[in-house]
Amino acid sequence: MTATASQERTESTGPSPPSRRGDRVFSGTVRTAGLTILLALVAVFVFLAIEGWAGLTSDAATYAPFSSFGSYIVPLMVSTLLASAIALVVAVPFAIAVALFISHYAPRRLAAALGYVIDLLAAVPSVVFGLWGGRYLAAYLQPAHVWLHDHLGILPILGDPSPNGRSLFTAGIVLAIMIMPIMTAISREVFLQTPLLHEEAALALGATRWEMIRYAVFPYSRSGMLAGIMLGLGRALGETMAVAMVLATTPTTTLNVIATASPPTIAANIALNYKEATPERQSLLIATGLVLFVVTFLVNFAARWVAGRSTRRMAR
Amino acid sequence: MTAGTMNISHPRLPQWAPALVGVMALAVAGLPALLAGWSPVTWLIAGTTVFLVAMPSWSRVVEGRRAAVDRLVTALIWTAFAVAVSPLVWLLYVVVRSGLPAVNADFLSYSMLNVIGDEQGGIFHALIGTLLITLAAALISVPIGILTGVYLVEYGKQSRTARIITFLVDVMTGIPSIVAGLFALALLVLLFGTAFRAGIGGSIALSLLMIPTVVRSSEEMMRLVPDDLREASYALGVPKWRTITRVVLPTSLAGIVTGVVLAISRVIGETAPLLVVAGATDGVNTNLFDGRMTTLPVFIFSQYASSTPVGYQRAWGGALVLIALVMVLNLVARIIGRVFAPAKAH
Repeated sequence: MTATASQERTESTGPSPPSRRGDRVFSGTVRTAGLTILLALVAVFVFLAIEGWAGLTSDAATYAPFSSFGSYIVPLMVSTLLASAIALVVAVPFAIAVALFISHYAPRRLAAALGYVIDLLAAVPSVVFGLWGGRYLAAYLQPAHVWLHDHLGILPILGDPSPNGRSLFTAGIVLAIMIMPIMTAISREVFLQTPLLHEEAALALGATRWEMIRYAVFPYSRSGMLAGIMLGLGRALGETMAVAMVLATTPTTTLNVIATASPPTIAANIALNYKEATPERQSLLIATGLVLFVVTFLVNFAARWVAGRSTRRMAR
Repeated sequence: MTAGTMNISHPRLPQWAPALVGVMALAVAGLPALLAGWSPVTWLIAGTTVFLVAMPSWSRVVEGRRAAVDRLVTALIWTAFAVAVSPLVWLLYVVVRSGLPAVNADFLSYSMLNVIGDEQGGIFHALIGTLLITLAAALISVPIGILTGVYLVEYGKQSRTARIITFLVDVMTGIPSIVAGLFALALLVLLFGTAFRAGIGGSIALSLLMIPTVVRSSEEMMRLVPDDLREASYALGVPKWRTITRVVLPTSLAGIVTGVVLAISRVIGETAPLLVVAGATDGVNTNLFDGRMTTLPVFIFSQYASSTPVGYQRAWGGALVLIALVMVLNLVARIIGRVFAPAKAH
């Protein structure tokens, strides 16, 4: 309401003759800047498509050890989805719990500082996560691989355990740590937007704090939480270095997430193979990048759409 | 429900109950820990488990089921927070411990040119590369980002174009960095041929990742500028563009700078796009427009990939320097936001 009112006001400030040209130039400039961003997004798609097109239909040798684009990308896609699924399963409960901790449980004076600590986690460069994951975490998680195989080995995704822990499972855990901050940040913001009256009404009716959260906070912030989870998924799908550095990769096809070696994710495959790429291979890598771009774009698009339906403020 | 005839309210556990149970849980876990020689971490995990069982049980007996569930959830949420923070602590500890021995004056001032085997090498070339590429990325993205912010706040308002731009900027924050790198690569390859690699490609990729952050923060900051200030300026006959450049932007400057510095700290650690488009080299390259250029994250990755003890050592040293850079940038951003924001708003 205020927006439209002030718009009318500024647009009807009729006579200001000496400034007309300056205003026109300036508004043209800022509009161009805005349109540049749209153009950049289109350009990403167009350039990837132009350069990657050849990669879709090269001769069979380019796809070695596979024979076509389809059979080349399927193992990569499977790995990408598996790693992201592990990351989500691990990160979602923690992200929601930590967001609740900061919004409703932590001592009020500490809450802001504790939120900042979680943000610091997001500030750690992915290459450092990869270094730590490959050199330390993998070794520490190796017993967990054996345990998972011994106890849940009937599941096809938990086959023979890796001897050094550098598996898709460990990569998924590192991804979980990396995507938790964004999910926490968004959940935290929607939790804080729950109308105070709803919360106070619940408490006044005798609800415990958990009941208040369950019946007042969660219903209100469901779509925000969903958006946060999808944004996390988008990050996990596209994260490169952590997977490239943690995972021991081979171009076989396996569903075993704790195996000695798995196919890399799409993103990690690009980073690991860019160096010795011939022009044909380069097109192929760009084509897989195009697939990744389209998938993550759709996930992010859906996430923002869900978020936008509840409130706009929480987008960040 | 179970309350006696005299009591209107349920009996409650005293306020110090969680502390008491906590101490006792640690003590209970401490006994086998001492006997079996567990590590402190195992001891803490065992203690937490005991607490998670004991606290709700006691509450169940005294306070009833609902309160017990509440206490269980409270305990779980505190535990979850502690677990979530532990990787950060562990990682920082490991980076400092493994990185410190590697960092010295030579490490910071030498490049890797002609370094063979275990000889002392350095990150000088990577520091130069990071500095140049990030600066160029900032030069591209800051003007575009801030001007777009101006458009969204001052001109676009609720218009269709502005809504689309806002939405796509949000979507853009989720572009995988490797895709940004491939885009820059595709652009360069199309213009200069398949083997072309240059630092500027890295800058293009990084600016694609920076722009959304800069737009969001400048937009948010300019929205905070009270309309009174704008109206006062209009009332004095100041044209709109002068109002924006002389009133709105200076007022929100501290916040915008904070956003820009945070955006820089976010992209300075990016590895994947630079790996793809800027490549790696052992020597110093100060020309953004020609030849491969190593950045600090790429240096860490290639040293890690070499899988030698000395390579790991250099990688940890580089990681320590990189983390320090990022943390300092973060701190600077917060300080700018804290110190200058209130002073400017008058």
